Amino acid sequence: MDMHQFIALIQANTAVGIGLMIGLGALGACVGIGIMGSKFLESAARQPELMPMLQGRMFLLVGLIDASFIIGLAMALFFAFANPLLARFG
Amino acid sequence: MSEESGTSGGLSEYISHHLTHNTGSVFGGSFHWDSWLVSLGLGVLFVLWFGRMARRATSGVPGRGQAFVEMVIEFVDGQVKDVFHGDRRFLAPLALTIFMWVFFMNAMDLLPLDIGSGLVTLFGGHAHQTFFRMVPTADLNTTVAMALSIFLLTIFYSIKAKGFGGFGAELLTAPFTTSSMGGKIAMVIPNLILNLVEYLSKPVSLSMRLFGNMYAGELVFMLIAGLLASWITFLPGVIAGAAWGIFHILIILLQAFIFMVLSVVYIAMAHEHH
Repeated sequence: MDMHQFIALIQANTAVGIGLMIGLGALGACVGIGIMGSKFLESAARQPELMPMLQGRMFLLVGLIDASFIIGLAMALFFAFANPLLARFG
Repeated sequence: MSEESGTSGGLSEYISHHLTHNTGSVFGGSFHWDSWLVSLGLGVLFVLWFGRMARRATSGVPGRGQAFVEMVIEFVDGQVKDVFHGDRRFLAPLALTIFMWVFFMNAMDLLPLDIGSGLVTLFGGHAHQTFFRMVPTADLNTTVAMALSIFLLTIFYSIKAKGFGGFGAELLTAPFTTSSMGGKIAMVIPNLILNLVEYLSKPVSLSMRLFGNMYAGELVFMLIAGLLASWITFLPGVIAGAAWGIFHILIILLQAFIFMVLSVVYIAMAHEHH
């Protein structure tokens, strides 16, 4: 295999990896937020006077649940635009 | 490296130009001047603004500036009071500094990308050779520095509440507690491993969460600008940029709030643990 084939191999596998990182992360984050949001709506319907406090806590939890997904997203974008595996090649 | 990964010719070079830091070398290591200068400037701005409002505070009818500052301080103090049941005189100002400083640094993401390098080019520099990234929290160094400071504070508060011996004993005997001496010795290694993982995961997650959000936000702005930059796609580009910008305002506030609340919660958890 010559140089171009090596580079194509690395780029192809990195692309698949990026897709998996973003896709699976989004899957987990969306399911998690869906479950949490449904619990919030339920409890807001049961006790409307607690809704402001619960809403504040809900936003905090949104940030925490999204954290792993966004860390994965940042790593995936890093591989998309400044691929260190490719840099070792030249 | 950027020649190999050329996507559509200029896009990859545009993005890697805007992802490069203004690096100098200090004591042999590399130093990001742009992150340092912007974070320093924003910190001074926050201190001067809030300090001026505090010095001119009246107990009569407050003006709008004073009302806003009071609102922020009450909000942060409420969050600290909910979680920390000790002397708040150090922790609440720390929380306020974290919240406002991280919010200001994150808000730099809403400025156009080319302003930074454009300004540096004005003061001497070639158009495509000058780099200036304006969002300090999109630099891993800044967020890790802040998270490490919080981590050291956590350890300090833990030792302050339990003493050196108590802190060490707690590392070895919690969360698996046994009453017999043999059981205690057997549980030392699992306890130590669990406690180390718990302690070390906190600064890592704190820093990477903030960094990931801001880095991804910047990158999506760059992608919107780069992919939708032609005559036909100009209007969709503006709409997409505006939509992402509005969503990003929420993210900025949320991430600053989360960083503050988590710092306070970690320090509070370290302070009370009987």
